[in-house]
Amino acid sequence: MIPLLLAAPLLLYMLVFYALPVLAMLLKGFGEQHWTLAHYASLADDPVFLKTFWNTLSTAALVTLGTLLLGYPVALALVRTRGVTAAIILVVILLPFWTSVLVRSYAWMVLMGRHGLINEALLAAGLIERPLRILNTSLATVIAMIHILLPYMILPIANALRQIDPSLARAASGLGASPFQAFRQVVLPLSVPGVAAGVLLVFVLSLGFYITPAMVGGPRDITLSMLIAQQVDQLNWAYAACLSTVLLATSLALIAAFQRLPGIGNAFRMNTR
Amino acid sequence: MRDGTSTTHGAAVALTALEKRYDSVAAVAGVSLDIRSGEFLTLLGPSGSGKTTTLMMIAGFEMPTAGDIAIDGQSVVGLPPYKRNIGMVFQNYALFPHLTVTDNIGFPLKQRGVSRAERSKLVGEALDLVHLPGYGNRYPRQLSGGQQQRVALARAIVFQPRLLLMDEPLGALDKQLRENLQLEMRRLHADLGITFIYVTHDQEEALTMSDRIAVMNEGKVAQVGRPEELYDRPASRFVAGFIGESNFLPAVVRDVDGETVVADCQGAVVRGLCRKPPDSGQSIVLSTRPERMRFADEERSDSASNRLRVTVSEAVFAGERCRYLLRTADGTSIVLKEPSSATVRRRSVGEQAEVAWPVADTILV
Repeated sequence: MIPLLLAAPLLLYMLVFYALPVLAMLLKGFGEQHWTLAHYASLADDPVFLKTFWNTLSTAALVTLGTLLLGYPVALALVRTRGVTAAIILVVILLPFWTSVLVRSYAWMVLMGRHGLINEALLAAGLIERPLRILNTSLATVIAMIHILLPYMILPIANALRQIDPSLARAASGLGASPFQAFRQVVLPLSVPGVAAGVLLVFVLSLGFYITPAMVGGPRDITLSMLIAQQVDQLNWAYAACLSTVLLATSLALIAAFQRLPGIGNAFRMNTR
Repeated sequence: MRDGTSTTHGAAVALTALEKRYDSVAAVAGVSLDIRSGEFLTLLGPSGSGKTTTLMMIAGFEMPTAGDIAIDGQSVVGLPPYKRNIGMVFQNYALFPHLTVTDNIGFPLKQRGVSRAERSKLVGEALDLVHLPGYGNRYPRQLSGGQQQRVALARAIVFQPRLLLMDEPLGALDKQLRENLQLEMRRLHADLGITFIYVTHDQEEALTMSDRIAVMNEGKVAQVGRPEELYDRPASRFVAGFIGESNFLPAVVRDVDGETVVADCQGAVVRGLCRKPPDSGQSIVLSTRPERMRFADEERSDSASNRLRVTVSEAVFAGERCRYLLRTADGTSIVLKEPSSATVRRRSVGEQAEVAWPVADTILV
């Protein structure tokens, strides 16, 4: 009873300012005056929606893959260093957390623009003859999102790595495993829960990204959240609500799927022992 | 894994002036030790004595700052652990939690490129050897502490190393289980014929299991010898106090006769054995074991025994024996252990008595 009371203020807040608006939005998708499934039915053969949905999923997948490949070694470095070095690595990882997404997206515009730092440097080095088109492409979106989302991948992996008993790596080495074999057969499999948590977090966050793809992305590569904003601008509430529901359902489905993976569900559960 | 024609023999390990310093603190400060092929050698010492650091240097997990480690005459200091081919059992077992018992034991074989079929045969034999047949498909968390220890042991010997290192492997187990496993390790040592180096802080465990014990203190070897040598002839006060219980009697040298020192102790003349003859008039400490002392009021004195007058200050009945705390004239405490028997009169607190003990059990430390 007491725990429930302690949580009551937040529960009430969430109910009024989160659950009710979400419910209202969900209802809008079924028609504003009369109940209808027409909006949802139309999605299935709406080329704009299908292309946008596919674009959103593939961007999220690329960003997840990118953060995983770049983030895993950093997580490993973070847990294998001590003292000042470890503190510096942590600060560098967390810096993106402390800067607004807007500021960072503008920074990427400056870097990737036609006359941005990247192009200027490549021109100066004589590697290219005319400026490359980087800004306003899907590549720019993926690069900027990887940068912003890296901490969400690194921290869960580092946490999982830190929980691996260091004597296990020693045991592997003593039993004849080279450093690579020990990593491949002991450290990597034991870090899977952290990898799963990071992958889920980054993928789900990527699905709903708006500012970054809108600012640095290509005009034709719009994402679901951009499409939603567009529809709201045009006061097309029902269509926007439908799209929002699809986005929400996709995220929830992914979370549910990850929970079911053996040995991974634990990563999201609080340790109550 | 073994057969009559097996040529496996234990590795001989030579430590030469081995040192490990962290900044300016020496964890191991010059250890030289020859461990013979097939021997069960225990590194015994209190925590911080450098015994585990020494073991970790042999395994290759710590780099010595000076000195050499040679296995069968070959220096291994430059080799990483995975190239040393040494079996190792860790204090917390260090079983891989994501692998079954079979895969844990098969791990060292897999690293050595042993085929799946051969692996499964060897793992089966190793499981038999540690009395865990049929446990192959379980995960470590489904096993008790003692079973986990057996799996760790099987994993450490399955690839037929010629040297097995163990770092307080029984520390986390209860007394009963510990005693069973001690016997099993002795049996395993006899069966395998390989060299065991065992680290423990438990002197009883060291005495029961080892061929030889190296007592370590403050980064150095205080004494090496067979268990009975260490117990009967401790070379220093530290060894006498650390292995078993000892009574220490301050005395002043009167005379030295070969290996026997004659000294004044609380108004009595006491004789003891010494390695290096002390100077006449020098203050010394003589040590003797509580169970080698006896009440001797009714005995006639003889030249083979020392005698001292005492007062009983505490008497504790402990089943198989009685333990007395006695005080000499100058207040030195002495412990005496007497086998309990209905024919022996129990002493009461405050009683005056005379104790005697053999000169051969009195050691200058």
